[in-house]
Amino acid sequence: MGRYVIRRLLQMVPVFIGTTFLIFVMVYALGDPVAAMFGDRAPDPATAAQIRHDLYLDHPLPLQYVHYMGQIFTGHFGKSATGQPVTELMGTAFPVTLRLTLVAFAIEAVVGIGLGLLAGLRRGRFADSSVLAFTLLVVAIPTFVTGYLLQYFVGLKWGLANPAVAEGAPIGDLILPGIVLAGVSLAYVARLTRTSVAENSRADYLRTAVAKGLPRRRVVTVHLLRNSLIPVVTFLGTDIGGLMAGAVVTERIFNIHGVGYQLYQGILRQNPPTVVGFVTILVLIFLAANLLVDLLYAVLDPRIRYA
Amino acid sequence: MRGAKSAKWVIGAAVVALAATACGSGSSSGGSDDGVVRAWWGDPQNPLEPANTNEVQGGKVLDMIFMDLKEYDPKTGKANLEAADSITTTDQQNFTIKVKPNLKFSDGTPVTASSFVDAWNYGALVTNKQLNSYFFADIDGYDAVHPAKEGAAPTAKTMSGLKVVDDHTFTVKLTQKFSTWPDRLGYKAFAPLPKSFFTDHAGYLNKPVGDGPYKIVSYTKGSSMKLVPNPYYTGPSKPKNKGVLLKVYTDSNTAYADLQAGNLDVLDDIPAEQLSHAKSDLGGRYLNQPAGIIQTISFPLNQKSWNAPGMDKVRLGLSMAIDRKTITQKIFQGTRTPANDLTSPVLGTAGGYSSDIAGDATTYNPAKAKQLIQEGGGIPGGHMTIGYNADSGSHKQWVDAVCNSINNVLGNDKACVGAPTGTFADFRNQITKGQMTQPFRSGWQMDYPLIDDFLTPLYASDGSSNDSHYNNPQFDALIKKANAEPDTAKATVLYQSAEKLLFKDMPVIPLWYQNGEAGWSSRVSNVTENAFSYPVYTDITVNNG
Repeated sequence: MGRYVIRRLLQMVPVFIGTTFLIFVMVYALGDPVAAMFGDRAPDPATAAQIRHDLYLDHPLPLQYVHYMGQIFTGHFGKSATGQPVTELMGTAFPVTLRLTLVAFAIEAVVGIGLGLLAGLRRGRFADSSVLAFTLLVVAIPTFVTGYLLQYFVGLKWGLANPAVAEGAPIGDLILPGIVLAGVSLAYVARLTRTSVAENSRADYLRTAVAKGLPRRRVVTVHLLRNSLIPVVTFLGTDIGGLMAGAVVTERIFNIHGVGYQLYQGILRQNPPTVVGFVTILVLIFLAANLLVDLLYAVLDPRIRYA
Repeated sequence: MRGAKSAKWVIGAAVVALAATACGSGSSSGGSDDGVVRAWWGDPQNPLEPANTNEVQGGKVLDMIFMDLKEYDPKTGKANLEAADSITTTDQQNFTIKVKPNLKFSDGTPVTASSFVDAWNYGALVTNKQLNSYFFADIDGYDAVHPAKEGAAPTAKTMSGLKVVDDHTFTVKLTQKFSTWPDRLGYKAFAPLPKSFFTDHAGYLNKPVGDGPYKIVSYTKGSSMKLVPNPYYTGPSKPKNKGVLLKVYTDSNTAYADLQAGNLDVLDDIPAEQLSHAKSDLGGRYLNQPAGIIQTISFPLNQKSWNAPGMDKVRLGLSMAIDRKTITQKIFQGTRTPANDLTSPVLGTAGGYSSDIAGDATTYNPAKAKQLIQEGGGIPGGHMTIGYNADSGSHKQWVDAVCNSINNVLGNDKACVGAPTGTFADFRNQITKGQMTQPFRSGWQMDYPLIDDFLTPLYASDGSSNDSHYNNPQFDALIKKANAEPDTAKATVLYQSAEKLLFKDMPVIPLWYQNGEAGWSSRVSNVTENAFSYPVYTDITVNNG
């Protein structure tokens, strides 16, 4: 197990370098951030040169990348367009997005697995077809449509929740955006669980459990569900990273000043330190989530052993 | 069993993490919001320094926290003396400025002559990298602190043209005669700065201090700013409310929803999608008036094809081929006003705005347009594009509409198409480097409500934003003459005669003036906008507050 973890950690190094370099090049390719600072006006060459020098933009691209990575390893992520250190932005943005992600994740896991289990146990009946129809609908509608619709109806028409998240992103305000963010993944989780449950309910070990005379509750939760959750856990694990990075649309609609919003601002203002810094952290989260998922397999399925 | 136990731990850890992050959320700003105006705000693009703020969102705040030597009247745009007791000159080149005694910054320190001189020297010095440095370019000695050449080091730290005479008097020597120069001093780049700006710069940026109607009590970068009336402020625009809370929104559609839900009081960025029904949604609590912003299409006159003899007729014809009225109504829902000169109605007729100066150059006249374009030899190469940036401001729609209008006039649906560039930065970069070979969209937001600001930077041969590379010695001479004319009314006439040349040469096509809009909640009244299309926050009153 220990050796496996070390091997996986070492594999992360080239992935990390590759992704950050790609992002760095892409942000750089967008154009000249200094020209954009001056708005509709032609930049004054002397001032522009000073700013370029200050941002290390007067060096060739590979050198800029090396300089940037060197800074990262000493904990300096550079400054955003407004002159605020990127680490400070991360300090405010990541907790907010993490909260949103956890809310969405909880909704997705509980509702998704619940619906999947219901559909899987009542295959071919009304409940199964309704879940199928519901998930199809959710997958088919883009996030920004559900976002604006829920904001308008729940937030404005019925006044059940605030249409925009207040400063500091209190948990109560995050439920509505959490539902929107969880929507699509929730449908996938439900479909995955349903298939898996349906398949396993015909398995030999389950028939044995029933034959042993175990109570139905125990058969379903311990024997059926636990074994059916393996593919679902894979999906949920990788989805954490997706939820954190993919909240750009949801965060904008609901006024959440999180990672997605900062990334959007960074791209809009062509600020490489902001974009690369945030993406770097997201890459790390993806890698860690993937490792965690693989380790969770061993927990769920005793047959799997890592050496 | 071993597995089930570990699973419990995983869930337990998740719950703890959720609870821990939830605890961190109790950071909502305390205190009562009675009598406080809650207003929409966009995150400023640059640190809040007077000489470094060149966009509206930062400008708004500077407007609230600073009182300049002169301030522009929110209704007429006229520059009135405020922090200055007097500004006098005998030769239009040497000015003596007396600062009012007993003025104080919101931290209690006095406003003196050196508060201005130090601030201006800071703004001009090239190593301070201030985006608005060029505002000080008219002051003698600017070249020494801000050499024009890239990479050259400054030879002085202060401008020789600025001299402090006593605590409340200083003199300014300009590089040449410039009679309307004092009227520029209402621009926020000319704001005074307290000592703390120089001694604790980082601290200052976290909580800027000024001498204006409001004082900043708290500033959370990227999310909100709370301002209360400045107790030391003695000027004429005393706030009529108990403060302003500026809230940054990720999206103006969200802000619009919050306005309707009663969580926001003033929104001055009504999203385009909501314009058609904003008036009815808000029960008439909506305003829409021309602002000091003009949109144009610039021709690349550095390209032979567009600058050849006869092309002036083609350029004029293209201008007459655009149906401005229909486009502003259909595409902009009336939030643009068709342009009939190259300035802005906010100047007022006394300030140099004129509705008939362009003659029929901006009037839609398909027959004459077609005739002019044909007489001039037709569009170069028989085909033109209009460049725009695709990342902001829904330019595609109107560029397509303008091209359609031109194509209809010419009876050729391939004569004109839009040419998008991915990002604004890239777009500006190409313009700055003179790489444009085809016409492109351009816009100008005034720095101060003076006709000179709409002409000199854009069309003087050495103008800082002469994107079309227009060069007419006659125009330059008229501007120079106007700058030296001591009588403001006569100077304005001279500026206008220079502007008339532009309608003969047509380096740009005037399209429309952008309007300022604002919607507000039933909780507040007296919402108006000034010439810069900032809400006049000091005048807003809170009902039953």
